[in-house]
Amino acid sequence: METRDKPLIVDNLHKRYGDRDVVDGISFSIAKGECFGLLGPNGAGKTTTLRCCLGLTAPDAGGITLVGEPVPARAREARQRIGVVPQFDNLDPDFSSAENLLVFGRYFGLDDATTRSRIPGLLAFAGLTGKTAANMRTLSGGMKRRLTLARALINDPEVLVLDEPTTGLDPQARHLIWDRLQGLLADGKTILLTTHFMEEAERLCHRLVIMDEGRIIAEGTPQALIAQHMPVSPSSLRPANLEDVFLKLTGHELRD
Amino acid sequence: MNGTTHFAPPNMSLRAIAVWRRNYMVWKKLAIPSILGNLADPMIYMFGLGYGLGGLLPAALPAFGGGSYIAFLAAGTVCASTMNAASFEALYSAFARMHVQKSWEAIMNAPISLDDVVLGELLWAAAKATLSGVAILIVVAVLGLTHSPLALWAIPAIFLTGLAFSAPGLIVTALAPSYDFFMYYFTLFITPMTLLSGVFFPLDQLPAGIQALAQVLPLTHAVALIRPLLFGEVPPAALLHIAVLVTVTVVCYWVALGLTRRRLLS
Repeated sequence: METRDKPLIVDNLHKRYGDRDVVDGISFSIAKGECFGLLGPNGAGKTTTLRCCLGLTAPDAGGITLVGEPVPARAREARQRIGVVPQFDNLDPDFSSAENLLVFGRYFGLDDATTRSRIPGLLAFAGLTGKTAANMRTLSGGMKRRLTLARALINDPEVLVLDEPTTGLDPQARHLIWDRLQGLLADGKTILLTTHFMEEAERLCHRLVIMDEGRIIAEGTPQALIAQHMPVSPSSLRPANLEDVFLKLTGHELRD
Repeated sequence: MNGTTHFAPPNMSLRAIAVWRRNYMVWKKLAIPSILGNLADPMIYMFGLGYGLGGLLPAALPAFGGGSYIAFLAAGTVCASTMNAASFEALYSAFARMHVQKSWEAIMNAPISLDDVVLGELLWAAAKATLSGVAILIVVAVLGLTHSPLALWAIPAIFLTGLAFSAPGLIVTALAPSYDFFMYYFTLFITPMTLLSGVFFPLDQLPAGIQALAQVLPLTHAVALIRPLLFGEVPPAALLHIAVLVTVTVVCYWVALGLTRRRLLS
């Protein structure tokens, strides 16, 4: 397979916990500069898929190639060129905003001078100018998520991996994150994200897959998925959207 | 990953230094209170028992190496304090970073493996323990309880002691469901060891069976290495004691890493 124009190739990935197939033979690839969405109800296997792609969990079977490197064999070399925004906040509470970025730069082997030169631009990008010395306890949820995004960009990554980047944020904070992610796409970054927000996927994703019970049950552009699965709108008051497709394919039962 | 791969040999690199530096940067913010806090408890024991109990004893006893009880106890206090500092750091502080703050997960999103995270934590806890042991060593020297330049060799021995107690601490951390779990480690392992390793009194005061048991405790070997140095003597069987402490460090680091891989990378 051509790996240069495909920063991520996942081939027949399997991951089992006990006797449960959490990821049950999924395959997809992402093109350079693309925003690719991984959608699905809770427990569909999205986060496990991301963990496998980053080399944080070894798959039971299947191949992963991330920025040309085989994962998990060379996951560390791959992660050198990746930025990650995890689902749950893990900013360092003992550090200020700038210190969080400085220390993270060291994890990538960057010298402090290089990191320091990047910090003001990254904080400005995240709308956190003036919060350089701020303690983590004084930051709102939206600010922390933006700082985590800035942290993920410290190594100027080729691919950004975001696990539910706007869960728990208010609409203002969510729109700001979307705006920043669109800016990164315009700069040529490749993005892989998981989300529960169909509006988020519709706005950002060039292509997406819908996962359920460890399998991919639909794949395509948001428009194509709507056209394919919702030829008739469920309501005469509005056109069909991705949420209609999602609920049609994954059902209405609660998944938690 | 299955059981075999979790316990595959460690794959260490210099990236561990970045983890060490992260902890150092946090510690620097609270360095003075941290040093004083670590010094207070062992000093109270050393002066309390050393002068209180030592005052009842003759000024020089062969059982105490021919010197005063407080000089005997001072060397034991250096070892016990190093052990305690290493244990607290590898248990409570490392657990906070691993489980509460999720700092290790954040680090592993960067190009740093868990092997290097655990190695960085091991070296950090040992360094912090060294600081604690050396602080007491300085007090002991200032009080004139040690005179020999050989006492300077106690510094690398203190670091090795720090490693030998940080590594088992990281095993307990890898297994801990919560902070409460650490109480078992202290009451069942650390406290009995403090009393059975020649910190407060010479080992030959104990029944023969317990003396034999004491020979497998790492603290016994730390005391056997460090006390003669403070008395200005080359420790008998120094290589044996060093070998025991190195072995404890390597084996426990490996086990701790395997358990932590199982916990975080499954």
